[in-house]
This record gives sequence, structure tokens and C-alpha cells, in this order.
Amino acid sequence: MMGAAILTNLPALLVVVPLLLAPFSAVLPIAGLAWVLALVGTGISFLAALMLQSVTENGVRISYHLGNWEPPWGIEFVVDSASSLTLVVMSGLGFLATLAARRLVAIEIADKDSGKFYAAWLLVVGGLFGLVMTADAFNLFVFLEISALASVILIGMGAGTDRRALVAGYHYLVIGAVGATFYVIGVGFIYAITGTLNMGDMASRLPDAAGGAALYVGFGFMVAGMLVKAAIFPVHIWLPAAYGYAPSAVSTMLAAIATKAALYVLARIFFTIFAGTPEIVDIALSNIIVPLAVGGIFVGTIMAIYEADIKKMFAHSSVAQIGYIALGLALATPAGISAGFIHIGNHALIKGGIFMAIGGFVAALGARASLETITGIGRRMPITATAFLICGLSLAGLPLTAGFISKLYLVRAILETDSYVILALVLISSALSVVYLWKVMEVMWMQPAPARSPKLVENPAIYLPLWMVALGNIWFGIDAGWIVGAARLAATALLGGGA
Amino acid sequence: MIEQLAGSWNYIIVIILMMTGLFMVIARANLVKKMIGLSIFQTSVFIFYISLGKMAGGTAPILDGNPDTLYSNPLPHVLILTAIVVGVATTALGLALILRINEAFGSVEEDEIIAAKASQSLARPKRPTSEAAE
Repeated sequence: MMGAAILTNLPALLVVVPLLLAPFSAVLPIAGLAWVLALVGTGISFLAALMLQSVTENGVRISYHLGNWEPPWGIEFVVDSASSLTLVVMSGLGFLATLAARRLVAIEIADKDSGKFYAAWLLVVGGLFGLVMTADAFNLFVFLEISALASVILIGMGAGTDRRALVAGYHYLVIGAVGATFYVIGVGFIYAITGTLNMGDMASRLPDAAGGAALYVGFGFMVAGMLVKAAIFPVHIWLPAAYGYAPSAVSTMLAAIATKAALYVLARIFFTIFAGTPEIVDIALSNIIVPLAVGGIFVGTIMAIYEADIKKMFAHSSVAQIGYIALGLALATPAGISAGFIHIGNHALIKGGIFMAIGGFVAALGARASLETITGIGRRMPITATAFLICGLSLAGLPLTAGFISKLYLVRAILETDSYVILALVLISSALSVVYLWKVMEVMWMQPAPARSPKLVENPAIYLPLWMVALGNIWFGIDAGWIVGAARLAATALLGGGA
Repeated sequence: MIEQLAGSWNYIIVIILMMTGLFMVIARANLVKKMIGLSIFQTSVFIFYISLGKMAGGTAPILDGNPDTLYSNPLPHVLILTAIVVGVATTALGLALILRINEAFGSVEEDEIIAAKASQSLARPKRPTSEAAE
């Protein structure tokens, strides 16, 4: 009886559990206990996401009515193959990031602030899950702001080690708030045309609604707002500083899961809400999103090449990787969208591992990780550095790593559409990404440690999550069946119409 | 043309407020002024939603049993209640961050903060060269 009640309410639990645990964590005086709460919260979410994924594997679409109010009047949560895959990726990496957070937070955050830190952490995670599941356009804005405000707090907490974190957090707050408000303006226009806030309902009413200019304006504002949140070029400017100056644990979590939710919402806007008006979606995708994605790939990669600070370097690289995901989604073919979803998963694995390892370096060095300070670190911290190397190779797209699978499916999808210019650009940018990776690896492994450098202590507390992620990169590079199958189902669910 | 404008004057106000706010967010270097701009920008959207829900001649949406009564649409108004809460939270968090920035950098002017950031990232801070210039 109890079990059945839990099963039917899984979608709500995924959001409610982290959100409810957050206030308890905030008042806990002991840092370790707050961390346990966060671990329990993300762990339960991960289990719930896995269960949802197994249910939706056969194309089942769960529609959960909050408070038993029938949609379109009430708020609806939708879990289908697309959202459940995103949820599994986000909650899984969220759980591993929490596992790694204990040591990193203990070093970088004052003990008395730890409770509040994990409270904000749980709010971010819960907000992002809600963002992915909700089928109500305005409810989406609320979840967007829950997670955005909480992540600003987390980023600002980096001020204990570097005061620039405050400015990074402030800029993210302002740019993010403008983006979210843009989205709300767009929703207002679409609501004015259709008289509904439910995404599925919007989709079915839009083709017949005499929208005219309001349709274009609403669509434009919604997409523009989400582009900011997903950090797509040229509105990615908040991201490098935010990830670069945030506490290491926060960089890990945000880089692995935060922009993924916004990318997923973008896909929902294109392929669910505006499914009935494909002409404007096609124009936007091929004339705007594809060029922006390719631009982001190049800008991110080139900025990463010129960056000496390791955290910021990989934050710039995230901009490029988000470009690959957006490019896949913007191809709007089943192959393209599944390539996008594959990279959502693989990029979470890659960047989660990379930022975890950087966190380990920073903790051992007691200073920011830059090309200068990590010289010869490969021999001084071999276990952490090897995991970093594996994730780096995966980022470059070496065969037998997860990154290779992403590139392979993306290239295949581009070939299908016969756009050889884009193909050439993607291949060139991949080659360029090797440049900054080589720079880092060369400094780490081939140069001797500077004389009279202090002995570095490895950080065994992060071994478990770090190596799980690193081995995950190899596992999903050799046996990609699960994610490829799930991504294909996700693409079918997304293109199949309906919310 | 004039009549049309007069009929939608609230939307014109919305556009003016929106552009004012957005301009302040982009152009002002003072962090507090940026927050003020952001608040104006968000408020313009509140007015936009409230205008959407208002029916000409409509009354408050409380059933009075008379089938001829014209009601305003309550939904946009309720949505904006939520958005106002979000807006207040955003402003509060922004101001709190500004306080901390002021403590850490001794300024709330963006150009001065950028200058302070640059001097921190240098290994050895340069001596002010104003004397040499004179």
C-alpha cells in the first residue's frame, strides 16, 4: 500500500525530497550531518530517477497531476523517455558530486556556513529536477529561479578563498534574472494567444490561434531567455567566471548538471510547445541556433587555449561543449537530437570528473590551479591526475572513451543532413580542443615539479566519486548501448509531438 | 493612430519601463543602480501581465450569481504575485551580494572593481605610476 503510494508519486518526490531536506540542512549545526542530508536527498532522487527511467523505457509517458488538479488547470509533471534520461544523468552526477563535496567543502567553506551551503545545494538540485519535469510554462520559471538564486549563493560562497567569486555571482544573478524575465515575457505573449500555460495544451492550440506577430515575439523571448540560462554563445559570458571562482564542489555540480536542464528546456520549447508551428522553429534552428552553437564551439575552445587558470579554462571549454549539444539538438533530426542527448550524458561525466580532479588539486595546493602551479603534478598526485587524464582524453574524443561516442554520433547526424561546412567546422574545433588539453597535460606530466616544492597530499576522500566518473568515461566509451538506446528513445519521445 | 495608441497606453508604458530598466542594467557601472534597473525591468513585466488579465469593464473575479457580470481574468494576476516574490528575492540577494562586494573591494563601481581584480591577479602589484607621470 505504502509502496504503491510512493511509486505513483515518484515524480513529485524527486522534487519534494531535496526541497524539504534543504531547510533542515540549513539549521543543522554540524557540517557532517548536513552533508549526510544532502547525500540522502540526492541519493533518493537518483533512485527515483532510475525507477522512472525503467518505467518510461518502453515509451510510456507518465503524467503526474500535482494536487490532483487535472491539466490544463493544474500543474502537470511529465516524465517520458526524454526527461527521464536527463533526470538520470543529472541526479546521478548530482549524487557523485555530493559524495565528492564533503572534503572539498570542508577545506573551502567555513564550518558554520556548511549547513547553509548544503541547503542551497539541495535547492539547486531540486529546482533543476522540477525544471526538467514540469509541463507548466510558468511553473518552469519558478523552478528556474529557485535553482538560479540558490546557485548564486553557492557561487558567492567561493568568496572565502577568492573575493572575485562575489562579482561572478552578482553578474550571474543579474544576467540570469534578465534571461528569466525574458522567458516570462515570452510566456505572457503565448498565454495571451492561447489562454493556457500547459505546454501540451499550448502546442495543440497554437496552430489554430491567430497569433500573428505575438507568436513570433513570444517564441523569440522564450528562446532568448533560455539561451541565457543554457549559456549558449553569445550570452554565455556569465559562465566562465561563475564556474571559475565558485568553490570546487560547486563548479563540479554546476558544470555537470546545471546547464543541461536549460538545454533540455530549450529542446522542449522547440519540439513540444511549438511542435504545431514548425515553420518558425525551423527558421530559428537553422538560421540562429546552429550558427550560435558553432560560434560557441569556436569561441569557447579558443578562449580555453588562451586561459592559464585551469578552472576557467575548463569553464570556457564547457561553453564549447554546450555548443556541441545545442548543435545536435538544433539539427532537429532524430539522429541529431539523440546525439545531443548522448552528449548531455557524456559531457556531464567528463566535466564532473574534470572539475572533481581540479578540486583535488586545489585542495592539495592550497592555491588556485593554474598552468604554473600544477607543473609536474602528475607525479606528485598520480591517482587524482590519472583520473583527470582519463576525463581529459574523453573530452578530446579519444576512441574507447565516452567523448568519442558523442563525437561519432554527432558527426553521423551532421553527415545525414549533408551540411559539410558544419561538419568541417566541428572537426576543426575538435582538433583545436586538443591544443588546450595538450597544454595542460604537457605541464602536468612531462615537466618536472619545480625545485623545493612542498609535498602534496592526495585527497582519498574524493577517490571514490572521481574514479567512478573516470571509469564511467571508459565504460560508456566501450559499451555505449545503454545511453545510445536511451537517447534514441528520448529523441522519439521529443519529436513524437505532445508534451 | 492616436486612438490606437491611446487605447494601449499601458503597453506603451510597459515598453518605456522595460527599455529604461534594461538600459540601466546594461549601461550603469554602479552595482546598486544595476539592481534598480533590474527591478524596473521586472516591474514592467508585472504591469504587462496585469494588463493582459484586465477586461474592459470587468470586475474582480468573485462570483456574484449574475450571469451578465464581466470578470477580469485572475490567472495572470496570481502569476504575477509569484513573480513579485521571485523579484523581491532576486533584489534582496543582489543587494546582499553588493554589501559583501563593498566589504571585499571597497567599492560598488564596476570599473573600480575590475581594476582591483586586475591588481590582485598580478603576482607583484605594480606601484601607482601617477607620480612618474607628473
